[in-house]
Amino acid sequence: MSLSLQSGGAASRALAPPSTARAIADQGNQMTTRPITTGTSVLGMKYRGGVMLAADTLVSYGSLAKYKNARRLLSINSRTLIGAGGEYSDLQSIADLLRGNALNDRCTADSLYEEDNNEECAGEVWSYLRAVMYQRRNRMNPLWNDVVVAGFRQNPDGTTTDSPFLGVVDKIGTAYEDDVLATGFGAYIALPLMREKYRPDMEEGEARALLEDCLRILFYRDCRALNRVQIAKVTMDGGVLVSEPYELDTYWDFKGFVTNKGEMGTDGGW
Amino acid sequence: MFRNMYDTDVTVWSPEGRLLQVEYAMESVKQGSACVALRSDTHSVIGALKRSVSELSSHQQKILEIDDHLGIGIAGLTADARTLAKWMRNECLNHKYVYGTAMPTGRLATDLADRHQRTTQTYVRRPYGVGLLLASFDKNGPHVYQTCPSGNVYECYAAAIGARSQSGRTYLEKHHETFPTCGRDDLIMHALRALVGCISGDGELTSENGSIGVVGKDERFVLIEGAELQPYLDRLELEGGNNAGGAEEEEGEGDAEEEEEKEDDVMET
Repeated sequence: MSLSLQSGGAASRALAPPSTARAIADQGNQMTTRPITTGTSVLGMKYRGGVMLAADTLVSYGSLAKYKNARRLLSINSRTLIGAGGEYSDLQSIADLLRGNALNDRCTADSLYEEDNNEECAGEVWSYLRAVMYQRRNRMNPLWNDVVVAGFRQNPDGTTTDSPFLGVVDKIGTAYEDDVLATGFGAYIALPLMREKYRPDMEEGEARALLEDCLRILFYRDCRALNRVQIAKVTMDGGVLVSEPYELDTYWDFKGFVTNKGEMGTDGGW
Repeated sequence: MFRNMYDTDVTVWSPEGRLLQVEYAMESVKQGSACVALRSDTHSVIGALKRSVSELSSHQQKILEIDDHLGIGIAGLTADARTLAKWMRNECLNHKYVYGTAMPTGRLATDLADRHQRTTQTYVRRPYGVGLLLASFDKNGPHVYQTCPSGNVYECYAAAIGARSQSGRTYLEKHHETFPTCGRDDLIMHALRALVGCISGDGELTSENGSIGVVGKDERFVLIEGAELQPYLDRLELEGGNNAGGAEEEEGEGDAEEEEEKEDDVMET
C-alpha cells in the first residue's frame, strides 16, 4: 500500500471509462468485494443455564446511519440463535438458508417412530455455517458477515447437554467457540471488558447488565453503533427469546467527553 | 425364446401392471444368504450367514461397517452392495464434515431408497440387486432399517432378508416383544438363534460362516466374527439350539428355494 497521496482533481476524474466489453463481463459475474449496508458488533456470552447475545439495531450505509431499527439477532430454530455483523443483505440470505433447513428438518421425520428431536442443535448450525462460509470464500464470493451462533450442543445420544454453546464463524470460514465472544469493533472495545467481568456462574441479570454496559460503551466509541439495541437468549427449558429493540440510557457529561483536550480553542474532540 | 416381452427394460410395464425387472431384482435378494437385524432400547445388532464359493475359498463378507455408528448387512449382489456401501460411507463423511455430527440413519436410509428408486424408472439402468439391513445407533437411539431394490424402505424393530429368511422372521416375530429390554449379549443370541433357522439342510452355524455386527449406546460399530464369535456359539450349543432344520419351525417356501440355492450364482451372497 502506498502512503503517498493519490493524485486527485480533474485529472483523475478524467480517466477513461472501462471498455464496454469489460463492463459487461463485470456485470455477468458480480462478487462481493466489499460490504455496502453494514451492521456492527455482536456480543455473546454464556451464563448459568443459557447463552445471551446482544447487538444494536443500526444498519449503516457507509458512514451514514441508514436503518435504525434493523434486527440483527435472529432465531433459527427452537434452540438456536444467530447474530451477525457485516453486510445486512448477506445476513438476510444466511437467515433464509438456515431457516429453510430448519423447516426441512421439521417436515421430514428421520425416524418413523420418533418425530421430535429432528432439529439441528446449535453446534450443527455453527458447523454447517462454517462449511458454507468457507465454500463461499473459496469461490471468491464471500458472505460478508461475522456470525455468532448460540444455543445448546446435543450429545451423540440425542440428549441436550446442560452446557450452553457459543461459537462464531467469520467471513472466510474461521470458526471457534468460547465463553465470551464479540465480533467487529466489539472485539477490540467490549471483549476485554467482558473477559474481565465474566464468570461461568453468572446469573441472567448480571449477564444482561454486563452486555448492556458493553453496548453502551460501544455506542460511545464506535461511530457505527447505536444506543437502540436488542438482547436475545437461549435457555435450557425456555427455548429462544429475542427482545424487542429498546433504547439504552446514555450519559454524556463525563469530564473527558466535555472538556476540550486540544486547548487551542478549536472544536477538537476528546 | 419369447418367454416374456416385457422384461427387457426397467421402464416397460407388463400388461398386468408390473415392472418385471424390478421384481427380478427383488428375487435376487431372496437368493442371497440370510441376514437378520434387530434392536433393543440401547443396541442394534445385525447377524448374517456368510457363504463360500468352495471349500478352498474364504467366506464372503456380509456385514459392512459404514461409520462409527452404522453398519449394513447385505443380501443379493455383493458388487452392488459394495457400490452402495462406498456411497453411504461418503455420505456419512460428508455429513460429519458439514455438521460435525453423525449422519442421522433415517436420512441416510431415505436417500438410499431414493437411489434405489431412481434406477427403477431410468432406462438403460437396472435396479440394484441387493437388499440392505441398516443397524445403527444415532442421536435418536437405535435403529433398524430395511431397503429393497424396488426403492421401498422400512424401519423395523427386527427384520430378516435373504434365502430361507422366513424362519428367521418367524423367530423374530415370536420374540420381538422381549427385545426392547434385552442387553447387548442377549440381543446377539437372539440374532444367532434367528440365523440358525435360516441355515440349509444339515448345515451348522460356525465361527466361519456366522457374522455379527453390534452398535449401541457408548459403543461404536464392531464386527464379531471368527474366534470372537465362538463364545456366543458355545452358549448357543449349550441351549441345544445349533442344529439346523430342527430346532425352529420351518415355514413352507423352503424346498424349491433349496434347489435353487445349489446352483446359486457366485455373485450372490
